[in-house]
Order: sequence, then C-alpha cells, then structure tokens
Amino acid sequence: MKNGSASKDRITMIENVKELLRAHEGLKHEVYLDIENSSTVPKEVVDAMLPYYNKRAYGNPTLTHKPGWEAFETVMESAQKIAEFLGCKTLEEINFTPGETEANNLAMMGAAFAMKDKGKKVVTSEIEPISVLHVSDALQKYGFNITKIPVDNEGFINLEKLEEAIDEETTLVSLSAANHEIGTIQPIRDALKIVKAKNSETIVHTDASDAYGKIPLNIQDSDADLATISSYKILGPRGTGALYVKEGVKLERILEGQIGTQNLWPGVENTPLIAGFAKASELAFQNFEENVNQMRKLRDKLIDGITGKISEVKLNGPKGNKRTPDNVNVSFLKCEGEALTIELSLNGVYVSSGSACTRRLLQPSHVLVAIGRKFDEAHGSILMKVTRYHKEEDIDYVLGAVSKAVERIRGIVGATGVE
Amino acid sequence: MIVSRIPLPYNPKVLELFRNPKNLGKMEDATVTAVAGNPLCGDMITFYLKINDQDIIEKASFESYGCAANIATSSVATEMIKGKKLENAWEISWKKVTEAVGGLPTVKFHCGILAIGALRRAIRKYYKNKKASPKWLQEELSFEEKQALEEEELAKVLAKRMQTEE
Repeated sequence: MKNGSASKDRITMIENVKELLRAHEGLKHEVYLDIENSSTVPKEVVDAMLPYYNKRAYGNPTLTHKPGWEAFETVMESAQKIAEFLGCKTLEEINFTPGETEANNLAMMGAAFAMKDKGKKVVTSEIEPISVLHVSDALQKYGFNITKIPVDNEGFINLEKLEEAIDEETTLVSLSAANHEIGTIQPIRDALKIVKAKNSETIVHTDASDAYGKIPLNIQDSDADLATISSYKILGPRGTGALYVKEGVKLERILEGQIGTQNLWPGVENTPLIAGFAKASELAFQNFEENVNQMRKLRDKLIDGITGKISEVKLNGPKGNKRTPDNVNVSFLKCEGEALTIELSLNGVYVSSGSACTRRLLQPSHVLVAIGRKFDEAHGSILMKVTRYHKEEDIDYVLGAVSKAVERIRGIVGATGVE
Repeated sequence: MIVSRIPLPYNPKVLELFRNPKNLGKMEDATVTAVAGNPLCGDMITFYLKINDQDIIEKASFESYGCAANIATSSVATEMIKGKKLENAWEISWKKVTEAVGGLPTVKFHCGILAIGALRRAIRKYYKNKKASPKWLQEELSFEEKQALEEEELAKVLAKRMQTEE
C-alpha cells in the first residue's frame, strides 16, 4: 500500500505517533498498569495459543475432518475449564463472544427482546461499564424504560432503591459484580436475591469481568441468569470473552450468520484466542489465594505509598476486602489527568485517567461523578491495576515516578484551577 | 450519553512544549491577570501580563490546569506576545497559536481557543482598569472570548445536570 491510500491527516498522525514513541527511547524501567483497557499477555498464555494457528486445531470446529475435530475438542475443553472456574452447571452455559462489550450487548439486547412481551423495564446502575450504559441507551430508543440505581460514595449500590425499582414489568436487571473503575465489590448475591424475590421472572445479568479470577465467585450459587467474563482482564488475549447463560434461560440472537458450535454467537470460533482465554483462566485459578494475596499486597503498597507520600490525594472506592485485589484509583487534586498520564508515560509508567481531556466530550468518568467526586477531582484521577506478575520493585518505581510527575504537573497548574 | 476515547497523537512540538513550557508560573508584578475556563471543563488557564506605559507587553506568563494541548498553546501564546503592543497582541487568533504549535487534533482546538480567550480577557481588563477604550478594541466579544464563555457555561450545566441525576 502506498501512502496515497490513507488520508493526509492519518499520515500526519502516524508520523506524530512515531515521534512520541521516539521520545520514550532508552527507558530503563517500564511498568504497565492499564489492565482496565488492555493487557500484557504472559508468555505461557501466548505459547498455549500459538499451536492453534498452524500446528493443530486450525480447522473449523463444525467440520468433518481432523483439524476441525481437533478444533471442536479444543473449544469444548476450553469451555469446560472456564465453566468449571466460573461454577457453571454445564459447559453449554459458556458462550464465547469477541469480548466483554459483545457479551454485554448479547446479554442485554438478547434478554430485553426475548422478554419484550412481558414488560419493557430495565434496571441497571449509575456505575456500570460504558457498554452496559450504551446498550441501555439503545434500548431506551427501542421504547424500553431504563432505571439507573444510584450508589453511595464508595460505589455500593443502594439496595433499597433497587428493590423499589423492580416490579412485574421489570424484565432485565444488569449489575456488575465488581466495579471496573473503582473496584467496589458489590453484595451481588444479595442484590440479585432482592430482584428475584420481587419478580422471579426478571432476567438478571452481571458483568463479572472484574470479578472473575479476582474474587471468589460461584455463578451457580448466585441468582444470576447471565454473566459476562473477559479474557484480557485476567491477562488472556484481547478479542475474546464469554457470556454465561444459565441452562433454560432464553435469549434472542443479536447477530445473524453461520451457526457453529454455539447458538447465540454465529461465525467461526476463534480457537487460538479461546485456548488462550482458558490458559489464562487456569493460571488465575491455580493458586487462586496466592495470586489474590500477591495482588492485594502490591495494591496496598501502591495505595499506601501514594496516599502517604503525596499531599491532597483521594482514594476512589472502598478499602481492604471490599475492593478488588488489583484496583487502585486515586484523584490527585490540583492536577490534570491527561497531562499526568503523558508525563508518566514518558517515564515508563502506563496508566489511564478519568479526565475529560482523554475523552471526546467534557464529561469526566461517570463512575467518579456517581460516587460524588467533583468534576475537578475526576479530572485528576488515575486508574491502575496491578497483576500477580508485578514485583515490589515495580511498585517502588511507580511510586517514585508518580510522585515526580504529580509535582511537575502541579507546578504547571500553580494556583490555577483551585476553587 | 456518548463517551468515547480518541487517539491523541500530539506532534513533536506540542510534546516539547509540554515537557519544557516557556514562561510558566505566576507573575508577582503583573499589571493584569485573567482566567479562562474552569476546573469543571478540565481546562483552565491564567494569563499574567506586565504592560508598560506605551501599552507594550514586557513580560507574559501563564499557569494551566489543562492537558498537553492547553499547556503548549499557552506557552507559544506567551512567546508570541512578548514585546508586542497590545493592539498587535490582540490580533493573535487561536488559529495562529494552533499553527504555531504545529497543529492540534480537532478535539483539542478548544484548548487553543481557551488560551487566546484568556489573553484577550487580560487585554480587555487592562483597558477597563485604565478606563480607556482604544478604537481597535471592539466592544463585542471576539470569537475566542465567546467560546471561552460558552465552554464555562456548558461545564456548569453539565456539572449541574450530573448532580441532579444522582
């Protein structure tokens, strides 16, 4: 392809990015903490995936030849493993999708449309992931009524308001098991019980992407009918995830095409990614306790280091066992988030921010606004997620870098932006 | 509510100005200071100008609660106006500062607009304090001043709406 086939703007953008990357040359230490938005995939997982591209099981799992049967075996055994870790009754309850976004779309659209003759009320919360909120917006356009349950200042959903919101026309409830931005572990079993007690026919969905592999979760023991899990959030490859659909729960398909091994998602199963997802699950659940404790230790070292070392900071979300073991979300007052992420990147620390400046409109993170953070507090927020692969030295390095970066950005801010 | 992220491949000049901004910091002996934006928008700039008897800008500096684009445009604006008569400084538009930083992603245009909004507010304030009204200074707000005002209002509305939604 010649450059002529891309627009001039895009070419300039590519050149600019190359320059930005050059500015990072020579970094001695790099720490990736933006697991919220994409992950680094451990070598063991990559190694587990590679054979499925051209050594074995590269066939279509529905076809009658050796590579096809190998693929069938791999996809089914992967589903079996994931079903076991999630606590499913059968492996058929696992439906692979290209990710969390697609699983949330399938869950909500699929359930709302399957149930539309019984009612058109959908209940969710103010702090759900963007995919859940955007599907809610889309459902609203189709004539569904959406109620968003408020949360307290640590992100816990208001169970009384939840109970009030459910009636005989409520056909779908979607509440995350753990919040993706501030790590709040919801009393999800209680919440779902409340829903079912009020209306046993309501389909309940939980986005468990930040819970799977991080907090104990047995889906069969909960009242969930549908649950989303994501591969990259447990350090598997991007591009795959799954929707748990409880045996007997009916959903409408939201995509049409060639049906393969799974009824709810057409198209050819992505065997290498699915195998990688299963391997990543294995690694997360093998030594589960140990992994969680390691993450918790690093998380608290990072939180304590920041709150102890830097003035005018606020931790977003709860502390201790009510917080997912990997989540650190801090607001640095008098500090703008986008500037902070760039400064940190130049020093080898990769994080994301709830600042409006990193988004298209002026709104900062809806989660931070929902827990009562002021706009300027949300603009100065940084989200980091630790993994079991991080080392104490990584956290020490991050603490040093954050401290310096905040000092420099606050130097640019001066007295401006202080109300 | 549509919230989306955007790739922000800032150009090398913006990156350089972000790393090493010129004329940064509060000016103790400023003749006039002005602010544009507010923390609600995620962008806020203070301009400090030291102006002599001949209406010439002797010194200019800024502070920015803002992103890299905001810091870069403010930095070049202070460089461009140094030594200029206020009348000539007024002529510097947001387009000129955006060009001077080698261009900005479209969604970041408002950062340059805000920088010039702050500069023009400072100039206007200077004449108001002096109780003077030079002919070249139109009474009607310029595009940049109007935009700054609009952005401040929008942020207030959004903040209010978000609070009432809670």
